[in-house]
Amino acid sequence: MKTFNPIRRGYLALEEWFNISFGGELNPLYHLGSLAFFFFWVVLVSGIYLFVFFDTSVSGAYKSVEYLTHDQWYLGGVMRSLHRYASDAAIVTIILHMFREFALDRYRGFRWFSWFTGVPTLWFVVTLGITGYWLVWDELGLYVAIFSARLMDALPIVSGSMARNFLEGQMTDRFFTLMGFLHLLGQPVILIFALWIHVKRLSHVEISCPRGLALGSFIALMALSLYMPAVSHAPADLSKVPANLKIDWFYLNIYPLLDIWDAWDVWLLTIGITFFMMIMPWLPPKKTGAAAVVHLDECNGCGQCADDCPFDAITMQQRTDGARWEYEVVVADNLCAACGICVGSCHSSNIFRYKDKTLETGIDMPQFPVDEVRSKTAEVISSIEGDTKILVFGCNHAYDLKQINEPGVGIMSLICTGMIPPSLVEYALKNGVDGVLLTGCRNGDCFYRYGNIWMDKRFDGDRKPVLRERADRSRIEVFRAAETDGKKLTTKINEFRQHLESLDSQANVTQHDAATQEVQNG
Amino acid sequence: MDKVMRIFLQAINFTVFMGVVGYFSIYPEFKYLQDDEAMITLAIKHASQRQKECRKMSPEELAKLPPNMRVGMDCPRERSPLDIDVALDGKSVIAKNIESPGLHKDQTIDIFESIKVKAGKHMLSIKMNDSVRVKGPTFTHEQDIALEPAQLLVIQFDTAAGKFIID
Ligand code: HEM
Repeated sequence: MKTFNPIRRGYLALEEWFNISFGGELNPLYHLGSLAFFFFWVVLVSGIYLFVFFDTSVSGAYKSVEYLTHDQWYLGGVMRSLHRYASDAAIVTIILHMFREFALDRYRGFRWFSWFTGVPTLWFVVTLGITGYWLVWDELGLYVAIFSARLMDALPIVSGSMARNFLEGQMTDRFFTLMGFLHLLGQPVILIFALWIHVKRLSHVEISCPRGLALGSFIALMALSLYMPAVSHAPADLSKVPANLKIDWFYLNIYPLLDIWDAWDVWLLTIGITFFMMIMPWLPPKKTGAAAVVHLDECNGCGQCADDCPFDAITMQQRTDGARWEYEVVVADNLCAACGICVGSCHSSNIFRYKDKTLETGIDMPQFPVDEVRSKTAEVISSIEGDTKILVFGCNHAYDLKQINEPGVGIMSLICTGMIPPSLVEYALKNGVDGVLLTGCRNGDCFYRYGNIWMDKRFDGDRKPVLRERADRSRIEVFRAAETDGKKLTTKINEFRQHLESLDSQANVTQHDAATQEVQNG
Repeated sequence: MDKVMRIFLQAINFTVFMGVVGYFSIYPEFKYLQDDEAMITLAIKHASQRQKECRKMSPEELAKLPPNMRVGMDCPRERSPLDIDVALDGKSVIAKNIESPGLHKDQTIDIFESIKVKAGKHMLSIKMNDSVRVKGPTFTHEQDIALEPAQLLVIQFDTAAGKFIID
């Protein structure tokens, strides 16, 4: 049984609320990474517009932004507001993205790489925002400039004081142009590179978020931009101190700290937090199960498992065993999440093969080989008592099946439901169960990213290996349940039982009718 | 669920989201300076005096040196620390004592320090010592100043002219 974790429970409640209001498909919590990308797109497009009118000189910058904000409020002003608010929304989204990965324990083990590279990526986003505020060259820009300089001055890398640049008469266009270059080109390029690294160990990365979500977010951004247009402070005046500041707390949160702390302490805090977050995946580490193993005798190199692997751990290489196939499958052990999705992908995992001997498949999980899955399923089926027998397949990362306490129900928990060869369900139906209920992680929220998605596609006939036409679909039900969905799952099981009973009584009636007909005819 | 109801709930979610975004994008306001405060920045870039004066070498010493090195003067590179005290109405507000940087303590000292002070009229006095060979200040400056709220007063030192620039 899973231990009670208030953070995970809190997250699941939030997720549930979003499922009610958005439905599973559009639940923003399932698309936080791609939603952040969407906000970056808005930032990019609006940024390009702003750049066209922006004057990159110290004397002209402020005026050009004022022109956009006021004289051209209907387009330039809206673009400026979109640029600001989409950047802020990106931070909120990224923080939720981090929180989700943390709450669901998706940051350790084989996921360390995504987490580890996510932390500096967040800093790249934040520093990009900082230089953005600088460029407006209003009082806030000056404040950001002075205090960034103080932060830099505390480091032993620059000799002399950078802050001196912001004394009257000493601010040069050169410095300002450097900031412009960083914000407009240097930092975005670094960010794109960092994001590429961030998702490097994943496949089928969702870069574009669902259209409905993008549309809703855009309308919301637009509404905020019109209701509360982004405006500047008074122009930067080097002979005056910026006193009252409307700070963007998403980006400039460390600056007020400099008012009470020494620059070095602020550095230590930021470096400390960053370092701590980067080592979180090892506090404590999480063991990943043994990697998938390939049995070349059963592999024809079709590549389905390589395409299905959510973590890019499988590659196709030239055949080495002299078999007539062109390719063979190779697993990179260090990338393998040991989810077993590849077992479900392999057509050799067909449960009806090798009926009387060990079932060998092309790619298998050492901790729960497909042969054991078959024999265990047979065992569970034979242990189910009652008139209407239901077999529930689930996974080890969602609702704990052991807690189901319903008569006539047998349970089989796998590493991931993506591991289930469709023929296993057929096998169960043929071997004495009246119905199969498939559960596991909530839709859109598979612990191994694509397990339940591939499973659905296989059952719908959209992805190989498919569930055969002849399988009786009226006896198969899918209902996904997270840790907190026990009640709903029980209700579903009971409904399913009633449905199966009605199928059986219909079948009896039909049989009875046929017999009566025969008697009458006879 | 009813489609209209769903759109309504989504609208609520987006409103909360944009509420958070809009609010923290400018609030709470940060008051860097109180309404009655101004700021003084001390921005000194100055090479202090050498710790030891240059000394004419004796003929014996010169003879020991290779011919191309016989300049005749021995000038130890080490410079003095800089001791500076800025006071307002007789009360010290910035006091610094800084070693000359560099391996041989021979480089220019760079001080950049800001403090918040009450706006209004003050008597500004600066005392600076840049030589270990002199007891007491080598440079002083006194001036009445009137600081507007949020004004930035910069104190610099013109090494060539040997005087402070108050701006
Ligand atoms: C800076 C902006 C960021 C963007 C745009 C971003 C985007 C993404 C995307 C698109 C994915 C793949 C999602 C999928 O298709 O399943 C992902 C995965 C991930 N991200 Fe981020 N991310 C960002 C920052 C972060 C940060 C700051 C962290 C944590 C410190 C983080 C942690 C993770 C983790 C652990 C995964 C792996 C998810 C999995 O394996 O299922 N990300 N990110």
